[in-house]
Amino acid sequence: MISVVVIAIYLGLLLTLALFSKTLFRGTSKDYFVASHSIGPFMLLMSVFGTTMTAFALVGSTGKAFGGGIGTYGLMASSSGLIHAACFLLIGMKLWAIGKRYGYVTQIQYFRARFESKAFGYLLFPILVLLVIPYLLIGIIGAAKTIYGVSVTKVTPKGEIPGAFPDFFENGAIPPWLTGIVICGVVLTYIFAGGSRAAAWANTFQTIVFMIMGILAFYLISNELGGVAAAMEKASDAHKVRTVDGEVGFSQLTFLTYMFIPLSVGMFPHLFQHWLTAKSAKSFKLTVVAHPICIAIVWVPCVLIGIWATGVPQLNGAPAGAVLAKTVAVLIKNPVIVGLVTAGILAAIMSSLDSQFLCLGTMFTNDIVLHNSKKEYSDKQILFMARAFIVAIVVLTYILSLVLYKKNVFDLAIWSFSGFAALTPLVIASLYWKRATKTGAYACVIGVFISWVTFFTMSGFGGEYFLLGGIVPAAAMWFIGAGGMVIGSLLSQPPSKETVSKFF
Amino acid sequence: MNKKGIILIVFLILVVLHQDFWNWDNANLVFGFMPVGLFYHACYSLVAAGFWAIVMKVAWPTELEEWAEGGTDSSKGGDQ
Repeated sequence: MISVVVIAIYLGLLLTLALFSKTLFRGTSKDYFVASHSIGPFMLLMSVFGTTMTAFALVGSTGKAFGGGIGTYGLMASSSGLIHAACFLLIGMKLWAIGKRYGYVTQIQYFRARFESKAFGYLLFPILVLLVIPYLLIGIIGAAKTIYGVSVTKVTPKGEIPGAFPDFFENGAIPPWLTGIVICGVVLTYIFAGGSRAAAWANTFQTIVFMIMGILAFYLISNELGGVAAAMEKASDAHKVRTVDGEVGFSQLTFLTYMFIPLSVGMFPHLFQHWLTAKSAKSFKLTVVAHPICIAIVWVPCVLIGIWATGVPQLNGAPAGAVLAKTVAVLIKNPVIVGLVTAGILAAIMSSLDSQFLCLGTMFTNDIVLHNSKKEYSDKQILFMARAFIVAIVVLTYILSLVLYKKNVFDLAIWSFSGFAALTPLVIASLYWKRATKTGAYACVIGVFISWVTFFTMSGFGGEYFLLGGIVPAAAMWFIGAGGMVIGSLLSQPPSKETVSKFF
Repeated sequence: MNKKGIILIVFLILVVLHQDFWNWDNANLVFGFMPVGLFYHACYSLVAAGFWAIVMKVAWPTELEEWAEGGTDSSKGGDQ
């Protein structure tokens, strides 16, 4: 019960901060969508980092290390340090400049103009929404599982510890439907209040919280296990190397081809929107340099906790998504600390959800409703449409989260990342290849979509899947997308001189 | 060779160094608690940060900001 109170206080603080940011809201649609290009270096770093680090960072890294060993860090974290920063510098900054110069607030606006095709937006929009939805799902399901684990009745050798609400819910645990409503409600409240600006403020606060809580959990867990050396000594030997041993370890081919997955940040629509909030190009400097360090600060402790958990008998057979929550619950009995660490996990989740909700509303309003509209809408009407679409998507995702509650959410996330990663030839060619054309863009997106659906189906709709003994599907799809772009462009007329001079 | 070429080569070297196959089955612990394979990649993150810091210093695109400020803001950017 005390843990739940701590979490409730955290959510209250978050709402207070985000509602304060409303006082800075200028009431215009431009301020709502891209914070009037006013976000400085520190807030840009925190909001971009917080957005890229989802439930995947704290919960997923621990669970994946518990299942696969130390290779988890190289597979997802150190590669991201290199590739994400490259995307921020080579894609993000350039898109920020183009967005600022021509007033774009969504990716689709840019692609429509660059590829001289209005219809292209109608192809890309549903694909981007389809790929964002699994990403939203991991947030809501991850939060629901975490809160359930913290509040459920626990059976220990010393007896039963009652759940948080034994008189109201089965096993005393807060049910997934309630957690989903609360999390979505909190995020929607601050997104509605101040749009991009509120998201940036809330993300800054939440990113600081989840980084501190991750370190706190690391310190307390290592203490409970007798120190870092003793904790590692008890851990399974198979988890300390990358050699494939049953479920543990990774093949070198998988390790190599996994480097394609971090490319996804180059095509995330919510990151595009964050990039556009930057006050100046200089705001990117801190984000590019500090991002790999921030990843290390969060991921090294989480991966170590996952390895140590293999030496804790009570955690034998724990599901991947529950390892962190169970480790905290088993080893740290102080309910205030459990509440704080859980708040940290929720912070990581919500700092991604807000940007994703916001970007979907922004895309729908600008790319579908306002695009080609003959009617003039007021800022008030535009904001209403954006918010209405966000609510519709949240309701759909919420229902899906209840239906798919038992699904391994982290495998779903990899499919989302893989789809976005495979689309990066589109943005890279648009920015750096004058010869890239509309036909190439269509071939790229259609090729990626067909291959994504094919591999997703072959995986059993969201399971782990490899090609030719270890190649991740993202790598194969990336080459399909790149091939489509190159062949389609070379077989068609070059873009007009006006378009080339506008963007190069 | 120009600066961009050197940066690209260093980037590709970093990609190769990420595949530390020589640490694959090395179970030694650094400082008595950190498996070598994990320690190597934690250091790799710091090297990546250092690399990007140097790139920022030597190849900052000053002209990009000026170009960005030079345009007119359109409320309907998607129109051609």
